[in-house]
Amino acid sequence: MSGADNVVWLGTPPFPEAARTALADTRLRANLRRATGTIRDRRLAVTAELDDWEELREKAAALKRRTLRHLDQHLLQLEESVTAAGGTVHWAADAAEANAVVTRLVRATGESEVVKVKSMATQEIGLNEALAEAGIRAYETDLAELIVQLGGDRPSHILVPAIHRGRSEIREIFRREMGKWGRPAPEGLSDDPRDLAEAARLHLREKFLRAKVAVSGANFAAADTGTVVVVESEGNGRMCLTLPQTLITVMGIEKVLPSFADLDVFLQLLPRSSTGERMNPYTSLWTGVTEGDGPQDFHLVLLDNGRTATLADEVGRQALACIRCSACLNVCPVYERTGGHAYGSVYPGPIGAVLTPQLVGIENAASLPFASTLCGACYDACPVKIDIPEVLVHLRAKAVEAKRRDRLLPTPEALVMKAAGAVLSSPRRLAALQRLAALGARLVARDGRIGVLPGPFARWSGTRDTPAPARESLRAWWRRTREEGRTTRKGKGR
Amino acid sequence: MRIALFITCFNDMMFPSTGRAVTELLERLGHTVEFPQGQTCCGQMHFNTGYRPETLPMVRRFAEVFAGYDAVVTPSGSCAGMVRDQHRVVAAQLGDAALVEAVERVVPTVYELSELLVDVLGVTDVGAHFPHRVTYHPTCHSLRMLRVGDRPLRLLRAVKGIDLVELPAAESCCGFGGTFALKNADVSNAMLADKMRHVLDTGAEFLCAGDNSCLTHIGGGLSRLRTGVGTMHLAEILASTEGNVR
Amino acid sequence: MSGRDTVLGAIRSALADVPDAETPDDHSPVPYDPRSPHSGPDVVELFVERAADYRATVVRVPPSEAVAAVGRALARTGAKSLVVPPGFPEDLVPEGPWSRLADTPPLTVRQLDAADAVLTTVAAAIALTGTVVLDSGPGQGRRVLTLLPDQHVCVVRADQITADVPEALSLLHPRRPLTLVSGPSATSDIELDRVEGVHGPRTLDIVVIAHE
Repeated sequence: MSGADNVVWLGTPPFPEAARTALADTRLRANLRRATGTIRDRRLAVTAELDDWEELREKAAALKRRTLRHLDQHLLQLEESVTAAGGTVHWAADAAEANAVVTRLVRATGESEVVKVKSMATQEIGLNEALAEAGIRAYETDLAELIVQLGGDRPSHILVPAIHRGRSEIREIFRREMGKWGRPAPEGLSDDPRDLAEAARLHLREKFLRAKVAVSGANFAAADTGTVVVVESEGNGRMCLTLPQTLITVMGIEKVLPSFADLDVFLQLLPRSSTGERMNPYTSLWTGVTEGDGPQDFHLVLLDNGRTATLADEVGRQALACIRCSACLNVCPVYERTGGHAYGSVYPGPIGAVLTPQLVGIENAASLPFASTLCGACYDACPVKIDIPEVLVHLRAKAVEAKRRDRLLPTPEALVMKAAGAVLSSPRRLAALQRLAALGARLVARDGRIGVLPGPFARWSGTRDTPAPARESLRAWWRRTREEGRTTRKGKGR
Repeated sequence: MRIALFITCFNDMMFPSTGRAVTELLERLGHTVEFPQGQTCCGQMHFNTGYRPETLPMVRRFAEVFAGYDAVVTPSGSCAGMVRDQHRVVAAQLGDAALVEAVERVVPTVYELSELLVDVLGVTDVGAHFPHRVTYHPTCHSLRMLRVGDRPLRLLRAVKGIDLVELPAAESCCGFGGTFALKNADVSNAMLADKMRHVLDTGAEFLCAGDNSCLTHIGGGLSRLRTGVGTMHLAEILASTEGNVR
Repeated sequence: MSGRDTVLGAIRSALADVPDAETPDDHSPVPYDPRSPHSGPDVVELFVERAADYRATVVRVPPSEAVAAVGRALARTGAKSLVVPPGFPEDLVPEGPWSRLADTPPLTVRQLDAADAVLTTVAAAIALTGTVVLDSGPGQGRRVLTLLPDQHVCVVRADQITADVPEALSLLHPRRPLTLVSGPSATSDIELDRVEGVHGPRTLDIVVIAHE
């Protein structure tokens, strides 16, 4: 199906299975524990500094909500503003169209290489692979993307795609691979992050200085002025946005904001939520083309690729408010333990679990909405207040519906749920079950504990004892002591 | 005050002692507790697993059975959250106008135990006595769905004889998550391991929470490993008195 | 059908639930006043503190000592060549052992890459976040000038310091290329730990000119 190009990775097993592999990876677990722990504390410290943080979140959520309700108008205005400022706007319904547009634009320059700013949209459409097929080499310049690219790896985090790698692994990748792509890693490279960053600086410098074409994503675009915004830290973004002659920006249609003034809210929320900084080192804002300063040829590619399908779902559309800060990943107890690869999608973590199934269709990512305990930490961290648990349970219902539709026979789970539903909606049947369970428990329990349970419950009982059902349910106790034999009431009845 | 006890299906069968504790506690405070025999389940398991149509009869039954009380109390943050946040969703999506109305009427009367005690009955010192070292795990739905805040801790701090110790990383999920513990058993276990480690670090004799479901999960792990740490629902600690330590 | 028509058509059918009469301004009025200032009365002091917090080297000097402070910043790194953009105030360019490069005619990227330092004014500054804002105006020059040299020295007048991001944005002109700079280049990409100094200038000096 269109749109599934790189949003989900073919061949990745369902989440529970992929998670099992990830959980057994000691190094991955250590890397994730350290990284998410660090960023959580930093985020809490800088969000606590703003006494109107909650109001900011409210405002951002409201802005995104109402922008999405008139998305077509805002995009048309954006197109007009960008065009008036000397840029060219392209529209792409899916990944294939977007890749074709970018490939055509690069070819028109006569160049065979491009430098890239980290961008989720181009990850999503598999642009690098598409360019490679057309004989165009794309160099990732964000440090984490560089680590992923050199390692022949996949991103596992929205903000820090190489979060699954520790410093010593990064050193190995640099030593082994840098020479194949350009300037080799310095002799005797250590695993000190400072030295690793320096190695990346030297490796990429040459590419920046000779680059004629850059490809970027966008964090925001203001419809009224045509201003596009890229938020970054390292300066690789500035390099790509100012040195080349041609700049091609691929942006999801949901990134548009009505006005330049709306940026004030998001430029406060994004850095504090993503890297836990008051402000990220570099934020670049540009409007079309400026004579004598930066690229003289600017193209903005507006990408749908499943977003309008998401927009059509009145509950699910809130996922389009996402500003890709990844705060939800960093606070998620599931993500913290499995990392991003287990999600099998370019969008991992809680936001991935609600976004991916909507972008590619629930049947192509059916296990993701279940990859959550619904603990709600993501909702509390989200700077635009996406109610991720709400969307998760909404998508679970859709996943169950899809299975009901597609199968001739109900799943075993559906049969169990149906039976449980019948029992749980009748007090008479429930009381009967309780009596039966109490009886059964006396046969299998030892000291009031059950060690091994049958069937799917074995996964539970493998690591946990289960208390035996009580000999007398509360309902039975109440009837016996309060409604029939009030005189025999005991003070306590454990 | 005429208070109805919604015990929840899980507690009814597995932990009737929690229901008896709630009853004793509220009666000790001078209130009348009733147990509507028509009650069953809030429907959370079905709703959260994606079986919405199956949830509808339970939502309907809840609204009927619990109509007309001054307050409905439940010793489960999770089930209280289901009723408060999700019954309207089910009624609006699958029910009729009459059901929506019935749900809207009953929902504001439903309280989790610590909410009822602190907000409605206005007590934090319930006259309890529990001479043990205890640590408290704020379950996710109490914390982030109901926003009970520090109400349970205020109640526990007022218990005589208690040695209440802080649980490290208390606000992290224990990994239960209902059917999550079966569907994603491995991740659930990984989360459980960390929660148990934090509990053991406190040196507590008892782990306390406002939800027996999470306690079954954590307690099941603590029991399997023979840690000797017990679990106890908030209601049972609050029901304990000098002459009747549970 | 063009991609444009396809996308716009898909958006419109996805938004079938939005009443025809509703306009972008109707729905969910936005409750927050973006002009509520975030910092206390002394924005200059806060700016100095916050910019230093992100590893910029910040000094606060009276006007009479500004040029000397610039000189000390350049001497500290031992800069040998200095880019001074058109429009930079002459009285703030210190004497020193560096060769001076003007951007007229425009310097090549190789020349800029070889330059040790650049000296600029700013368009505005933001106290709460320790940010300086460049808009390619007089004294700042093209964006690339502040990107390739490894040291960026900028002078900020006290009256250019705004309280917070909303206040600064309200002063800026969207049609100009804008760069918000908060400390030297940095990365958190290795174990989410912050390391200063990647592609942009690794040294950022800020000279704040303020009366005592």
